[in-house]
Amino acid sequence: MKVNSRGRVIAAFAVATTLGLAGCSSSPSGDAPSGGDGGGDPASTLTVWVDAERVDALQAAADAYTEKTSVKVDLVGKDNADIKDDFIQQVPTGEGPDITMGAHDWLGELATNGVVAPLELGDAAGDYLPVALEASTYEGTVYMLPYAVENIAVLRNAELVPEPATSFDDMIAKGKAAGLEQPFVVEQGAEGNPYHLYPFQTAFGAPVFGTNEQGYDPTDLQLGNAGGEQFATWLGSQGKNGTGVFNTDIDGDIAKQAFIDGTAAFWLTGPWNVGAALDAGIDVEIDTVPSPTDQPASPFAGVKGFFVSAESDNKVAANDFLVNYLGTEDAQLALFEAGNILPALSAAAETASSDPIIAGFAEVGAESVPMPAIPAMGAVWQYWGIAEAEIINGADPVATWQKLASDVQAAIG
Amino acid sequence: MTDTQTADPASDARRTRRRRQAEQLAERASGGVRALVLKLLLLGIVDAIAVYAVLVLIGFEQWVVIGVIAVVTAIVNWVYFSRRALPAKYLTPGVVFLVLFQVFVLVYTGYVAFTNYGTGHNGSKEQAVASLMASALERVPDSPTYPVTVVQQGDELGLLVTTPEGDALVGTSERPLEPVDAEFDGDRAVSAPGWTSLQFAEVLQRQSEVSELAVPYSDDPNDGAIRTPDGSNGYRYTSSLEYDEAAGTLTDTESGKVYRDTGVGAFTADDGTQLLPGWQITVGFDNFVRAVTDQRLAGPLVYVTLWTFAFALISVASTFFLGLFLAIAFNNARMRGRQVYRVLMILPYAIPSFLSALVWAGMMNQSFGFLNEVIFGGASIPWLTDPVMAKISILIVNLWLGFPYMFLVCTGALQSIPDELQEAATMDGARPWAVFRLIKLPLLLVSVAPLLIASFAFNFNNFNVVYMLTDGGPRDSAAPIPVGYTDILISMVYKVAFTGQTRDYGLASAYSIIIFIVVAVISIIAFRRTKSLEELNG
Repeated sequence: MKVNSRGRVIAAFAVATTLGLAGCSSSPSGDAPSGGDGGGDPASTLTVWVDAERVDALQAAADAYTEKTSVKVDLVGKDNADIKDDFIQQVPTGEGPDITMGAHDWLGELATNGVVAPLELGDAAGDYLPVALEASTYEGTVYMLPYAVENIAVLRNAELVPEPATSFDDMIAKGKAAGLEQPFVVEQGAEGNPYHLYPFQTAFGAPVFGTNEQGYDPTDLQLGNAGGEQFATWLGSQGKNGTGVFNTDIDGDIAKQAFIDGTAAFWLTGPWNVGAALDAGIDVEIDTVPSPTDQPASPFAGVKGFFVSAESDNKVAANDFLVNYLGTEDAQLALFEAGNILPALSAAAETASSDPIIAGFAEVGAESVPMPAIPAMGAVWQYWGIAEAEIINGADPVATWQKLASDVQAAIG
Repeated sequence: MTDTQTADPASDARRTRRRRQAEQLAERASGGVRALVLKLLLLGIVDAIAVYAVLVLIGFEQWVVIGVIAVVTAIVNWVYFSRRALPAKYLTPGVVFLVLFQVFVLVYTGYVAFTNYGTGHNGSKEQAVASLMASALERVPDSPTYPVTVVQQGDELGLLVTTPEGDALVGTSERPLEPVDAEFDGDRAVSAPGWTSLQFAEVLQRQSEVSELAVPYSDDPNDGAIRTPDGSNGYRYTSSLEYDEAAGTLTDTESGKVYRDTGVGAFTADDGTQLLPGWQITVGFDNFVRAVTDQRLAGPLVYVTLWTFAFALISVASTFFLGLFLAIAFNNARMRGRQVYRVLMILPYAIPSFLSALVWAGMMNQSFGFLNEVIFGGASIPWLTDPVMAKISILIVNLWLGFPYMFLVCTGALQSIPDELQEAATMDGARPWAVFRLIKLPLLLVSVAPLLIASFAFNFNNFNVVYMLTDGGPRDSAAPIPVGYTDILISMVYKVAFTGQTRDYGLASAYSIIIFIVVAVISIIAFRRTKSLEELNG
């Protein structure tokens, strides 16, 4: 009988790594960046961890870079879910890669663990979308080369509802007029899903954290302000005991099915689900999130990018590859073709926006704010969704919201 | 000993045959040219792998691991070439794997429990200093991008910098920038007399030095220094931190605050503020003290512990009795097609448990799940969202997952009980229930009881089912930690030690050691009691 515990898993992992070193030095993860130095043919070798689905997209750029500079670029496809923890554990041992692909909300954790090196974008900084640059910055220092910006928007079934909705109530009314019982779906779950509810929360003027010149300020928790309470009250009125628009039993798959089956005309979701809707033959239009107030409903932006390891022995090559090569329009467009999410480089974003779906998301993204990457955000996620789920299911909105704010404050310390 | 070993001519003959086979095997193993060649071949492979591993590890400078491999290989060779170490020949492979996969893991967990390993304490002190100094660099506001060429004089690296006005300056880490007559290629100075310019490939050869190179902008340190992250563009930086290696302190150049190594694994100022990243240190029993004195745990710990015991005990009892019942039912020779039924019974065991748990979680969705929609005809039973129902649900799922194992074990044990005993009891006038209760069950328990204890230990830490089915939920929103009503100790520990983005491996290891001790104590006591059971039947 095996005893299951995280500690042992990590220890087992350590054993496996040791074995990996001893037994199979030819495996990709065992390749130490420093290994092949000292007078071989290639000037040096960059080891890059890449989301397994994007290896092909990056391969062309890597080959072209090798041709230009004779620096060998070794792409290692990894499961996206493992990259962050593996990177944090392996960089201090010197076994990690030179560069890893990642998401901006890892930044707080990576920086606190001292595993990422600052990146100088130089004059090119202004060439990126403002939200991408903001997301790549942590405590005033840029650490990430952004390549894609991702945010949620409302997918509308244009056959059922030809006109975009002007407000939240208008959206529901238009859907009901089209004869739908549940015209709008959004992914929730027993523990809520604050990421997908955040646009509505911002419409009431309640961000999570205030900002200062360094970015998000963990000491300035804005969650529990008056706007937050108004949002909570509104959320309660749209929940189980109200209109029933929000339902914690609707998870991602159920929402997707409702939209594909045409039982819902509006679906608040991200670009990753557009393919499924198009494949099902739905005439999809991308709309901004209809606001329940007169303020815009701005979603979180997630920015994807590349980090340089703090322990890399190839920092010059790594910086050159990222800033001067992956920062070019061609490379960004190549990555866009593979992932179909908006490039972070303004020029590439413009080119990509010839696609109406991308243009739709880009338009919504212009209103978006980067998801906070500060470690304090982890504490917020712990309590946020569950409180929203309780409100949807009929708990006292204001009291629940205040408890959320105080729990988060206590957890941040 | 047990009744199964009573003399029986058929099994006696079988035993003699087996002994003869074993003797032949031993004969072949100890002598014979073929066996010797095979032995040499196998040991040769082992030694070759060991030599290869050592060569690879020398490249990585892993001296301790090399030593371990050398010693283990030597022992293995000695054992298999020695004529005396017969028992060791059988034990060695098992022991090697036991040490590798069990003992090492336990020792490592134990070691981590005494360190502060976790978020912010991830590497060594040198790495922490390097990382802090790297992120302390701030680009001088409104300073331009300087085209640079990396140059060399003797062995010393320098930077040939072109100012926005078109002047060429050169300097090294020791000598601040000074004007020089340089040759230009476009608006970039590419070479200067007395200096050798490095091509990009040469820069890459010495890139560690290049990325460390900081050329002071002027005699005034407040003007900052030029650095080049990519070998062709230079930027002017000042540092907001100053590292005094001799004193081991970091000073904030703006506020003048001094951060010292106060022995807590991070640079700490007098007012208690810390600079992260810190580094890994051993912290003695701190993690254990924190584990038992954490105020946030005080309330939830009681009911989580009670539920853990209840979950483990009920799971063992329910799976055992259902498995036993089915085993008895299918052991009845009068039943037709029992082989087919037996295979069907084992199916849940053949599906990975985390997969089953996820499928069950979907089926138990309150509004859209299969159970409510189809089986209960549109009922709205809160399987996973009501505190009590969630506990029942998790027990049902665990019963479904666990009974095939008990069924297998009980079937095996039942078949080893001689039919004569039942016949004898029936002849003496015992009713079926009495036969089962007084004869079969006690005999069964002799062989099954140790497995029940093991099953208890397994379910005590059955993280998979809890994590996959309910993730501990529904959440207890009154608790100050994100704990739920179906959390068992190990899943609560997971939530406490890995809250949000914080990974506290030290604390997690300390907790798992505490839980290990609890489970070990219970198991030892239980094993003692099963011994008396054996004697009773002896």
